[in-house]
Amino acid sequence: MTHEGLILKCDNVVMDYDGFKALNHCNFSVQYNELRVVIGPNGAGKTTLLDVICGKTHPTSGTITFGHNINLVGKNAEDITKLGVGRKFQAPSIYGNLSVWQNLDLSLKRASKGVFPTLMGRSTPAERARIDEGLTTIGLTAHAHTRAGALSHGQKQWLEIGMVILQDPSLLLVDEPVAGMSDKETEQTGQLLQALAKKHAIVVIEHDMDFVRQIARIVTVLAEGTVICEGTVEQVQADNHVREIYLGRANVAH
Amino acid sequence: MPEPGRPTFNSRETLSVYLAAGLFVIVLPLLNLVPAEDSWLHLSDFRLNQFGKFLCFAILALGLDLIWGYCGVLSLGQGVFFGLGAYCMGMYLSLQIGSESVYGSELPDFMVWTQVKELPLFWYPFKSFWGGLLGALLVPMLVAAVFGVLSFRSRIKGVYFAILTQALAFAAWLVFNRNETRLGGTNGLTDFKQALGFRLTDPATQRGLYLLTVLALCAAYLLCRWIVASRAGQVLIAIRDSEQRVTFSGYTPWVYKLFVFVVAAGLAGLSGMLYVPQVGIITPAQIGVLPSLEVVIWVAVGGRGTLIGAVVGAVAVNYGRSVLTNSFPEAWPFILGGLFVVGVTLFPDGLVGILRKVFGRTPAADQASPPEAAPAAPRTGGPGA
Repeated sequence: MTHEGLILKCDNVVMDYDGFKALNHCNFSVQYNELRVVIGPNGAGKTTLLDVICGKTHPTSGTITFGHNINLVGKNAEDITKLGVGRKFQAPSIYGNLSVWQNLDLSLKRASKGVFPTLMGRSTPAERARIDEGLTTIGLTAHAHTRAGALSHGQKQWLEIGMVILQDPSLLLVDEPVAGMSDKETEQTGQLLQALAKKHAIVVIEHDMDFVRQIARIVTVLAEGTVICEGTVEQVQADNHVREIYLGRANVAH
Repeated sequence: MPEPGRPTFNSRETLSVYLAAGLFVIVLPLLNLVPAEDSWLHLSDFRLNQFGKFLCFAILALGLDLIWGYCGVLSLGQGVFFGLGAYCMGMYLSLQIGSESVYGSELPDFMVWTQVKELPLFWYPFKSFWGGLLGALLVPMLVAAVFGVLSFRSRIKGVYFAILTQALAFAAWLVFNRNETRLGGTNGLTDFKQALGFRLTDPATQRGLYLLTVLALCAAYLLCRWIVASRAGQVLIAIRDSEQRVTFSGYTPWVYKLFVFVVAAGLAGLSGMLYVPQVGIITPAQIGVLPSLEVVIWVAVGGRGTLIGAVVGAVAVNYGRSVLTNSFPEAWPFILGGLFVVGVTLFPDGLVGILRKVFGRTPAADQASPPEAAPAAPRTGGPGA
């Protein structure tokens, strides 16, 4: 895909929880096929930012433009998903009592996800091929028929990423994918996200600075609900304002 | 080979389902008909009729298993839908009594002694058999649809939904108890004589009703199995496991819940419709809070989320009741409560779970890979490895 311009543009987004502004006139934009990392101290509004984009919560004010001219504000989560925004949650949210294959099969993008088409539907060979391809991408081919609840933590995270990819999103929102992963798993996840960035725009929230250095091209720093700095990892780490915010957290963003 | 990832019902289990169906369709009626009445093999008309009642309850339990066992939505109001089905058929049967009634009036007896001079308008459709039949299926489904839209759409979940359905059961009980509802009040509808020209007291009619019930149960089981094995059935399990993920995969969970709630209500209506002519009476006592809770116990004892467990549980608990209430009438409520507590805490998969363990397979084995495909696959290292 060779799109020009922005896939996502948040203008003056405010998310007000009874006086506490989780997002405070936040302006944030992402380009097509960009891998963007969002960092920031706890409570900076990172997860809230993903929530308002994907429709999990509705912002108090502001506009969120997706693609050329689609305003996501006010749309419900299912519709935003169908428009091409995929969301990976922080805690693995998968279907533990279904097999890995079934997890992916349910997530696959289809013309209709209504009750009756789903009741009658059988997977076509093309759809099965896509699922097999997804299994290869996330490295779970050998576990296709394993009950998803029996996977390791890291494998569950990959499975959920795979489920989101099969929805064929043009924008992928990934919330702390490597929390609780081993070093090797973290590195593999980084490679996975970088490979996916060739086809999708991706926004990743992350705390682990080693991981951020591995994958980041441009980093956005969020604090108290607004973007305070944007740039390469080196630029961001050199920024005085950022240092101030992370003061006392020197071991996180040293 | 089945499509990968479809839950394939274990062939041994399927075989035992066919065997059980054969037992109920062929063996029991034969034991009723062929051996002499004093033979030890003889199954009395009373016992056959009793099994017919249990199998009605099994249909009711199947519906609850679908919504609770698979979709994780606990309904404590299935008795209401059972009652609606039963009352619809009961109204047809009441109007068939005609001049055979105690007072010799064309109106049902209870209307005569409560001074109702004319048949209330809502009774008119039930003059015809088809009115009774369709009403028994459609009225519960319609009520479930309205109730379901109002609650599922407002994202009422879990224990709140359970409480709401219990309130529905209580409200229905109150309404059906009132004489002003024109449904016989506390005494309900009873003293039925005939349906479609068949005398209900004739053992042959009762045998026919029994067979009809077995066939309806088989059809209901196959319907549920088809739903569960479809991709929509997997969506139901997915909703139970992670409703949020389902939403963010482009499905609308509340519509799926509504669908399965309405199907369960239809099955409950079918169950009530078959129950009435076999038992001969329907009263508000059979549709309130307690009967609704009992259905939950049947499914829990049999094994939720297994379909066949609902059937096993309904038959086993009710058979146990018929035996034990003769010997220890006071102890039955404690036995029933004890069964529930022991079942839920020690045997979460119920009788079917125990059977599966004894015969050496776990639910996980349902979805395990075929042995020849499992170990040889090269990639185990994760993405990008």
